[in-house]
Amino acid sequence: MKSDREIGLGACQTAEELEASRRSRVLMKGNEAIAEAAVQAGCDAYFGYPITPQCELLEWMARRMLELGRVFVQAESELGAINMALGAAATGARVMVSSSSPGVSLMAEAMSYMAGSGTPMVLVNIMRAGPGLGGIGPSQSDYFQATKGHGHGDYRVPVLAPDSIGEAMELTATAFELAERYRTPVMLVADGILGQAMEPVELRFRTPERHAFDWALTGAAGRPARIIKSIDLDPEVLEKRNLALQHKYREIARHEVRWEGWQLEDAEFAIVAYGTAARVARSAIAKAREKGIKVGLFRPITLWPFPERELARLSRRLHGILTVELSSGQMVEDVRLAVEGRCPVGFHGRMGGMVPTPDEVLGALKALRARTERTRSAEHHAAPAPPPSRPLATYESSDVAPWVHERARRGGRR
Amino acid sequence: MTLNTLGQATPAASSARLVYHRPDVLRDRSTHYCPGCGHGIVHRLLAEVMMELDLPAHTIAVAPVGCAVFAYDYLNVDFVEAPHGRAPAVATGIRRVRPEAFVLTYQGDGDLAAIGTAEIVHAAARGERITAIFVNNGIYGMTGGQMAPTTLLGQRTTSSPSGRDAALMGYPIRITEMLAQLPGVTYAARGTVADVASIGKLKAMIKRACQVQIDGGGFALVEALSNCPVGWGMTAEESMDHLKGPVVEAFPVGVIVDRGTSAMPAADTGCPAPAHPEA
Repeated sequence: MKSDREIGLGACQTAEELEASRRSRVLMKGNEAIAEAAVQAGCDAYFGYPITPQCELLEWMARRMLELGRVFVQAESELGAINMALGAAATGARVMVSSSSPGVSLMAEAMSYMAGSGTPMVLVNIMRAGPGLGGIGPSQSDYFQATKGHGHGDYRVPVLAPDSIGEAMELTATAFELAERYRTPVMLVADGILGQAMEPVELRFRTPERHAFDWALTGAAGRPARIIKSIDLDPEVLEKRNLALQHKYREIARHEVRWEGWQLEDAEFAIVAYGTAARVARSAIAKAREKGIKVGLFRPITLWPFPERELARLSRRLHGILTVELSSGQMVEDVRLAVEGRCPVGFHGRMGGMVPTPDEVLGALKALRARTERTRSAEHHAAPAPPPSRPLATYESSDVAPWVHERARRGGRR
Repeated sequence: MTLNTLGQATPAASSARLVYHRPDVLRDRSTHYCPGCGHGIVHRLLAEVMMELDLPAHTIAVAPVGCAVFAYDYLNVDFVEAPHGRAPAVATGIRRVRPEAFVLTYQGDGDLAAIGTAEIVHAAARGERITAIFVNNGIYGMTGGQMAPTTLLGQRTTSSPSGRDAALMGYPIRITEMLAQLPGVTYAARGTVADVASIGKLKAMIKRACQVQIDGGGFALVEALSNCPVGWGMTAEESMDHLKGPVVEAFPVGVIVDRGTSAMPAADTGCPAPAHPEA
């Protein structure tokens, strides 16, 4: 398993390096930074369709790809875009598409075909709030969609989730690498804030090495014809295809888990969060530390494969875990599966494009701590402990953030 | 060594002169198509044209969803499978990154004229330099004979058991005429497999549609009116008579547009071609 300490910015050692790094930084918008990172990663072809909040990515590619004599097509729909990507990728080209949540739903069909036929591609989802047309505010409510299959059939795709624009740039190159190494679509998911925000980033790019593909369609000159397909009407043959896919997914789960830990060394509590929620969590952790709460951050970088073994190991020495998401609680299910009841798992989330404040998260953390302390003291004094009226691992958001509901009752804005 | 019509070696002593043989690009195997189905004829015509134009070695073809889903089992060229209706988009992706390839799509009427309407219209509108073979048999054959967008008025199918009623189910769609309106379409024609003379004309259309791509033209489409004896509830012979009669009446055969390749800007870079002037 990899820790990802080397990923992203902030790896400078000396004052000189720090100064050089400061001077080489430019202010870039997330969407544009991801686009340029893809260009620098050697993306041969980009296909897209306008949707807020990812339009700057499309617009950047429209200019840059044609400037470089590469392929850019604005498709008639997200269906068109991802199927163009399927065709281009089938010939061995390095291909990317991007969209936001409703558009990504339309791409589910081709994602399933590409997973089934082993076609590499990078799909960037700058997530907005749903369901339906929803809104254009930031959200992480596509976690299930990204990690649990997206389209039909038994398949997974690696899902990378940066929490800064610098890391998004690095992970864009990683996404191409994984796609080609494992012959699979790869998703890079970032909420609308990461797409829209500007941050100083170092213009440090990476171009993954190119490999010759023995499966790419190039015209059957001097070799037998190649077929890229997902159909097998013979159940025995199709089961073999599925078994091969599952083998591939086990390999990915074994080698490609990425996560980051922060202030976990002495932690009694951990916040599990990714993307923008992890940024909020860092601020909340700083405040909590001032108040003497020993809490750290566990940040999955690959949402699939989820760093479940690492989290399980950590959970053995924790009093409790708080999961923070820009959703009703999706990743928290994977957290609970990993923790297997070893410690209580609470949740705090906001929806509809709302983002939790550090104070909200701190409040949720305190509520979790109070509850775990009551339980721990009850376990100490009462023997045998009565079964809890409900499992500790099923905190509702109403338990940890009563003020959210109170506000909703008052009908007021935050 | 000479080969007989089944592609089998015949004794060297034979004095027979071979006048009709299987084109090399057609794999030597029986097809899954129903007895009397026109797909086999269209496959063969396409194979003959591909051999005559020396295309197989640099062809990348796109297989549809529908009866022709296994086209790659019969045509011995590189193939990618497209989701239902998406072949023109898949072909666009191939075209843009492989300017040197011969890019071919093969679709049925449910695939092209219903679920894939947006993809075919916009590939044509962009003037993608691809050759599209469109087999129209007026029915969803693969799934058991349901009504297609091209089903004739009054025609009984499993999903229009009392016959297609315009008030409830609308009218058959002549999508080739619709596409021919677009300046990106260099060539659009409709032929049929109904009889030997028509098959000869259909082959000429397919050849022209392939030549357009070779010559750097825009989008080229050939619609082949075909039959579905099983789905239509007819014998093969009856289905051919039906094809020659009411089907051709509803879908007139002939070249609908041929704008000539000189009207097309060169689109051999990855860059989208500028708007095409009307020829």
